[in-house]
Amino acid sequence: MTAVLHVLPYLVAAWVFLAGAYGLATSRNLIHAVGCLSVCQAATYVLLLAVGYRDGATAPVFSDMAPGTRPVVDPVVQALALTDVVVGATVTALLLALVVQVAKRHGTVDPDELTELRG
Amino acid sequence: MHRLLPLLVAVPLLGAALLAALGRVLPRVVAESVGCAVSAGTAALAVVLLPHSSPPLVEWAGGWEPVRGYGVGIVLVGDGPGLGMAALVSLLTLAALAYSWRSFDEPPHGHTGAFPALMLLFQAGMCGFAIAGDLFNAFVWFELMGVVAYALTGHRVEEARAVQGALTFAIVNSLGGYALLMGIALLYARTGELAMAEIGRGLDAGGPPDALVLAGFVLVLTGLLVKAAAVPFHFWLPDAHAVAPTPVCMLLSGVMVQLGVFGVWRIHGTVFSGPGGLPAGDVERVLMVLGAVTAAIGALMCWYQRHIKRLLAYSTIAHTGLFLLGVGTLTPEGDDGVALYVIGHAGVKAALFACTGILLDRFGSVDEHVLHGRAGALRGVAVMFAAAALGLAGLPPFGTALGKSVTEEAVGGPLTVLYVVVSAVTAGAVLRVAARVFLGLGPRPREARGEDAYETTGNGEEPETEQRLVRVPDTMTAVPALLLAGALAAGAVPGFADAVARAMSEATTAGLVHTSVHWTPVGIVLGLVSTLLAVGLAAVAVTRPELLAPPARALPLRRLQSGHVGDYVAWLLVGTTVLGVLALPAVLTG
Repeated sequence: MTAVLHVLPYLVAAWVFLAGAYGLATSRNLIHAVGCLSVCQAATYVLLLAVGYRDGATAPVFSDMAPGTRPVVDPVVQALALTDVVVGATVTALLLALVVQVAKRHGTVDPDELTELRG
Repeated sequence: MHRLLPLLVAVPLLGAALLAALGRVLPRVVAESVGCAVSAGTAALAVVLLPHSSPPLVEWAGGWEPVRGYGVGIVLVGDGPGLGMAALVSLLTLAALAYSWRSFDEPPHGHTGAFPALMLLFQAGMCGFAIAGDLFNAFVWFELMGVVAYALTGHRVEEARAVQGALTFAIVNSLGGYALLMGIALLYARTGELAMAEIGRGLDAGGPPDALVLAGFVLVLTGLLVKAAAVPFHFWLPDAHAVAPTPVCMLLSGVMVQLGVFGVWRIHGTVFSGPGGLPAGDVERVLMVLGAVTAAIGALMCWYQRHIKRLLAYSTIAHTGLFLLGVGTLTPEGDDGVALYVIGHAGVKAALFACTGILLDRFGSVDEHVLHGRAGALRGVAVMFAAAALGLAGLPPFGTALGKSVTEEAVGGPLTVLYVVVSAVTAGAVLRVAARVFLGLGPRPREARGEDAYETTGNGEEPETEQRLVRVPDTMTAVPALLLAGALAAGAVPGFADAVARAMSEATTAGLVHTSVHWTPVGIVLGLVSTLLAVGLAAVAVTRPELLAPPARALPLRRLQSGHVGDYVAWLLVGTTVLGVLALPAVLTG
């Protein structure tokens, strides 16, 4: 049982990533596609936090306990996840701005109808 | 000296912040001059640091050095290749900013600083990636240069094609970036380290590679190869390069794509080359297969284009394939050759884009068929365009020719033919454009109809200048001339190639293995053969167009480039699977 629980977060991360990629590949609406990209990124959060998890450990905040008195989860991956959130916010904002421009210039947000660049 | 290393990133970042903050009030001339000065200063800093890179400069940012072998700080590594890439990035940024100096379209009121600020931010991201010694930081710089590149590609937001190309570019590259991050997370899970060298040591301590190391390798490689535009991760590149403003194209094709190859080389060398990484034979198989397919498809698609920027974009893909082949030999000779090839290619390709930009601003089109015979008056541009095409083919003494001959020798065997043919086909396509556009040779190509018309024409592109140019500004002609001179000097200046080889050997083997890089008779002959082949192909294409026109068989290949972002994402997943399958024997036999 514990073996399953140890592997589960990694399987969830892979599944979330693939679900987002499937949504991207079959998307009929660019705003939906940007959302799917965020889903793919959510997989990286899950993976990062799963990597730093320790049984019976608490949050790495030392304001109310002395360092070394009890185990804490890995703070490095939390810092990475935080950076990752910032990157994701930037990318999503820029992508949505581009989608707004696509809607204005092409009059559609359906990727099937964008046929100017091909061949 | 190592204390100066962070300045390579900090100076352009601060310059960008300054321009973004003061852009409202600064007159245009001042904003653009500040941009040029900051990028020039960074370039000078990189060039000054280069001679001190042996042994490599190492800086733990903020003084967070490792304690008892465990580090949580961020390390910057200024070795020869890293600083060399930073210098190349900075010089090319300077060239691109000088090219657009005062001639570019008047920015909207209150946004004079926006374009130079974005270019400086792009430079900072690329320099940061070049000197990153920490895997997570490499990811952050990778994303920064990505995000800025999407914004720059879609800079002309009024244009329908520009925003579409930028969106495709952004989605595919971001997805690649997330794959890279997942790979990094897996490597951290195994080793508890983020500095590249430490991860490598951690993997070696863990014994032979297992499924987790393989997954980390495949995911990291996916991210880097998306940036390097290797087949089948390449579909975003032609769509983005065809629509980006010309100075941005110079940077995208000249250095950003090559930074992907650099990342493959750096991360393989520091993380995966030990006994705990992947066996050399498997890495070689992955890179060789992908490189060969990339080179072949890039060259073929390059030949079929009529949109000149798109044609150049495909030639970049073809050459990236050749770079990957060279890196895939995993030999010092291959590394030296690719380093020289990248330097020469950057000058030549940026010069070609600069000349194409002049055509766009003068005639309002970048279509080979529409421009037929119209640019006869631009003699200087014609000479530079043709010279750059010959450089692309590998005519001695261009730096591309020396790099190509060294790489060819390292790769050896039947793949030499691929080098000769690919460089000849891409250069032949460029020469064909030159003959038609500048000299008006041959019959005007007939317009394809119906099913044949599955192509992107270069007509209807908006000039990037305020109005169509009547007289070409001196800056716009001086920049490609200087870039060509640089590409020529990379091959012709005695001692330059040896300096590059020394820097590479210092970085990979701590200077223990010295390779000598020089012109060989075989290399010169092969360079001349590809040049002659390119001229011959162009001559046949111009005089008897029907002989080399795209056959109906080629249509399925062209249909793959559908412009549909969903298709490209599906291909990315296919590519990741292929990488996994190619590298699988590493864990099955281990």
